[in-house]
Amino acid sequence: MPEAPNISANSDLIDVASELRYRIVRTSHESHTPHLGSCLSCVDLMVYLYWRVLKIDPSNPRAPDRDRFILSKGHAAPALFQVLAERGFFPRADLENYGEDGSLFGEHPPAPSALAGIEAATGSLGHGLPMGLGMALAARVSDTPYSVYAVLSDGECNEGSVWEAALMAAAQKVSNLTIAVDYNKWQATGRSDEVLGLAPLADKWRAFGWCVSEIDGNDFGEIENAFESHKDDPRPKAIIAHTVKGRGVSFMEDDNNWHYRIPTAEEVQQAASELGVRG
Amino acid sequence: MRNAFADEITTLADTDPRLVLLSGDIGNRLFDKLKNKHPSRFFNCGVAEGNMMGVAAGMALSGLRPVVYTITPFTTTRCLEQIRVDVAYHDAPVVIVGTGSGLSYASLGPTHHSLEDFSIFRAIPKLQVLTPYDAPSLRAVLRQALSADVPTYIRIGKKGEPELVPETDAAGIGQAKTVREGTDACILAVGTIASEAIKAADVLAENHGLSARVMLINTVKPLDTTLIAGLASEFPAVVTVEEHSRAGGFGEHVAALIAHSGSPMKITSLGCHDDFMHSIGSQAFARQYFEIDAPSIVKAVVEQNASITSSAA
Repeated sequence: MPEAPNISANSDLIDVASELRYRIVRTSHESHTPHLGSCLSCVDLMVYLYWRVLKIDPSNPRAPDRDRFILSKGHAAPALFQVLAERGFFPRADLENYGEDGSLFGEHPPAPSALAGIEAATGSLGHGLPMGLGMALAARVSDTPYSVYAVLSDGECNEGSVWEAALMAAAQKVSNLTIAVDYNKWQATGRSDEVLGLAPLADKWRAFGWCVSEIDGNDFGEIENAFESHKDDPRPKAIIAHTVKGRGVSFMEDDNNWHYRIPTAEEVQQAASELGVRG
Repeated sequence: MRNAFADEITTLADTDPRLVLLSGDIGNRLFDKLKNKHPSRFFNCGVAEGNMMGVAAGMALSGLRPVVYTITPFTTTRCLEQIRVDVAYHDAPVVIVGTGSGLSYASLGPTHHSLEDFSIFRAIPKLQVLTPYDAPSLRAVLRQALSADVPTYIRIGKKGEPELVPETDAAGIGQAKTVREGTDACILAVGTIASEAIKAADVLAENHGLSARVMLINTVKPLDTTLIAGLASEFPAVVTVEEHSRAGGFGEHVAALIAHSGSPMKITSLGCHDDFMHSIGSQAFARQYFEIDAPSIVKAVVEQNASITSSAA
C-alpha cells in the first residue's frame, strides 16, 4: 500500500483538518446538509486515520488486504466525503453536485457498491460496529492481514447492538478491531450523559473487556498516542475521544443548535477566517 | 429438516473455504461435526441476533459466505433492520436460515411462531425467499443458494417432516414440483404444509371423486409468474395453502398477480387468520386451529369446486 502523501508532522495534519473543516461548512451552506457539529467533532480522528493509520490504496479501493474504515455515525458523512476526496478516492469535482437530485453525496454514506472508499452504508446507528466486527473476523478466517477501524458517536452508544458487538468482540479476542467513540457530549436533542446515562463511558468499555484509552480527540498528539501505544494489545481497542461538537468554529462549539442548523454565507466567511483558510 | 441442514452445511463447508456458520446459541450438539472439522468457521454469536446479522453482513462483504442460523422469529423479525440495511441494502450474500418455522414450535407459544416472514421479506428488495418442504428440497436449495451471490432467506421446519420428493428428483430454486396430477382442482402448497396438501388430494380422490393437482412451492420470492399464468389457462380456480398469515403471504401475492393480469381465475387462499394463538398444542393441533390442515384443504377444494360448477350451470 502506498504512503499517504506529503504529511510528516502533526502540524501538517492540523492544516489538512482546517481545510476540510472549511469545506464541510461551505458544503453545508451550499447544499443545506445538516449535522455540522457532528462532522466537526470527528474530523481530526478521521484525518489521523486516513493520513497516518489506514493501509489503503485509493487507486485500488477494493484490494482484499486493505484496512477497512467504517463511519458508524453515518450522519457525519459530509466529513467522510471530504476526507475521501482529499485522499483521492474520487475527484473533488465529484462533490460539486452535493445534495442535488441524483447525487451520491448527501447526509449518509451510500452503499459500498455505489462509491469507492465506502465500506458500509451507515446512517441507522448501531450498525457499523457489528459489520466491522464481521469484517475483522473475516480477516482471521481468510488469513488476510488487515485491520478494521470505526468511528462511533456517543449517542450511538444508546443502541443495544453496539454492546452486543462489544461482548462478541471480547469473546472472540478480536485484536484487529479499533474503534473511536467521538464523545462530543451531545446527541440530537440533549446531553448524551443525561439522555441515557452514558458516563462513565471508558469504564463501560473496560468492563466489556476492551483495551481502552481516553484522550482529547481533537489533539493530534493524543490521537497519535492512542493509536500507536496499544498496537500489540491482543484485545479489541476502544479510544474514548473527548471532543467538542462543532470544534474549530467558535460560534458552533458546544452549541447543539448546529446539529441541524445551516450556516449563512456570512457565517461561512467567519468560519474560514477562524480556521485560517482562504474562503 | 434441521438435521439435514446440519449435515448438508458440513458437506458444503468441506469444499467451500468461504463458508462460515453463525448460530444464535442454538443447536446444542447439532453442529458438532462442523465444529470439529472446521473450528475456525463456526461462530456461536450468543443471544444477540442483531449483532449476529451485522457480523454476517460484514463477513459477506469481506468475501466469506456466512450462513446465519437460529429459530425463525429471532433470525427474522428480531433483527429485521439488520436484514434490511446490512444484508439487503448492501446486497451482501448472506444465507439466513430460520429453523422451526411457521407453527413448528406451536407448543412454545406465539413468541416462537413465525407467520409474518413471507409478507415482511416480500417487501424487502434483493432478498430471495425460499421455503423448502422436505429434507431433500432443503439440501437442493441450500446448495444452490450458496453458489449464488444473492441475499437469501431459507425458512425450514424442525424435525420429522415426511420426504415428499426423492433426493434425486429434488427441485431447484423457483421450480414448482407437481407431485399429484389432477384436472378438477389445483392446489399450490408452500413449504412444509405440502404434506397436508398431498393428504388432502388423496381424500379428495377417494371420498369426493375429485382429482386435484398438487404443486409444491419452494420459492416465495421471486414468484414464478409464468407458472401462475400457465395455470390460469388450465384451471378455472386454484387453492393456495401456507403455514403463514394470509396477510401478505404467498396466496395474496398470487391473488394480486391474477387480479392485475385480468385473468378470471378464482383463488382460495388458506393461511393463518389475523390473531395470535393463545393456547398451546402440537403442530398438528395448531394447523387444525388455523384451518390449514388436510381436512380444511379438502373442504376448501370441495366448496370451490361446487361454486364453479354451480356458476357454470
